[in-house]
Amino acid sequence: MAKTVVVDAEKNCRGVGCPLNMVYAKVELAKLKSGQVLEIVLDDGPPINNVPGSVQKEGHEVLDKKQLEDGSWQVLIRKA
Amino acid sequence: MRDFSLEQLERYSRHILLQDVGVEGQEKLLDAKVLVVGAGGLGCPVALYLAAAGVGTIGIVDNDTVEISNLQRQIAHFTKDIDVPKVESAKEKMLAINPELEIRTYQLMLVADNIRDIIRDYDFVIDGTDNFPTKFLVNDACVMEKIPFSHGGILRFDGQTMTVVPGESSCYRCTFRSPPPPDAVPTCSQAGVLGAIAGMLGTIQATEALKFITGAGSLLTDTLLSFDAKTMNFRKVQLKKQDNCPLCGQSPTITELVDAEQAVCSL
Ligand SMILES: [Zn+2]
Repeated sequence: MAKTVVVDAEKNCRGVGCPLNMVYAKVELAKLKSGQVLEIVLDDGPPINNVPGSVQKEGHEVLDKKQLEDGSWQVLIRKA
Repeated sequence: MRDFSLEQLERYSRHILLQDVGVEGQEKLLDAKVLVVGAGGLGCPVALYLAAAGVGTIGIVDNDTVEISNLQRQIAHFTKDIDVPKVESAKEKMLAINPELEIRTYQLMLVADNIRDIIRDYDFVIDGTDNFPTKFLVNDACVMEKIPFSHGGILRFDGQTMTVVPGESSCYRCTFRSPPPPDAVPTCSQAGVLGAIAGMLGTIQATEALKFITGAGSLLTDTLLSFDAKTMNFRKVQLKKQDNCPLCGQSPTITELVDAEQAVCSL
């Protein structure tokens, strides 16, 4: 990404399956203020296929998804 | 925000995942205090579901001990609990489901002299009583103390429920002015009741409590919901707060609680 996004919170959800990873995402987002950004790392497969969509359905914005060297995904979410 | 343990996150995950409940809603549930009046057909499913939901403080009132004829519908009580106080039997099952809750038991009869002191500490009251005088007593006390509550009743194959938010919505007396004379209604032990409808109605009442606490959805206020399990017809009747209600109207005539004569009936 061209511009730098300030990350306000990070959550590593490697090894955390569905739907507990979404529970963690909601807990971390609940701690943030509107407009702040959560960086969450999700496993490949069902986690990356489901969590970003669920987060968007709740009104938050998915800013970026990037696959890391170990195959997991780094996702940036801006709280609604 | 409260620090949820991993066990709590997993236990309440299906609530947290709901957009209308979420982390904030589950925190409200853990902080909430609900009083269940009656540990019978309605009170049992209500108490179990509220405990499972993580309502942090649950009070339960009942003066009776478990009898074998209760077991057909009062699902918190087991055969081994015969002769055990119903509040103790219910508490044991609630804590077995969810050990982190505070369960307060009141083994007593709710009467005009004690009800206001007991309900005052709670955010929401569930009326799971089995007789009209106590239903009116719960209504009157909740309106006087401004505590929202769910009214519920079952008989044979029929159930009815409404939710009252004092000061905002119609109360039980707005629609039903006074208890019927003791000999006018069959007692339930004479009339019978299909066991499962206690679960049907009780779980509706528990749902209303959870909605009230979390703010999800809209309540059964100004609405009498009734069903006939024989046909499975559900009906909603719109009610209106009555200016001439003797309790919550403009010039109330009921300003203090009195005990009425009870036709005792064991639902
Ligand atoms: Zn009224």
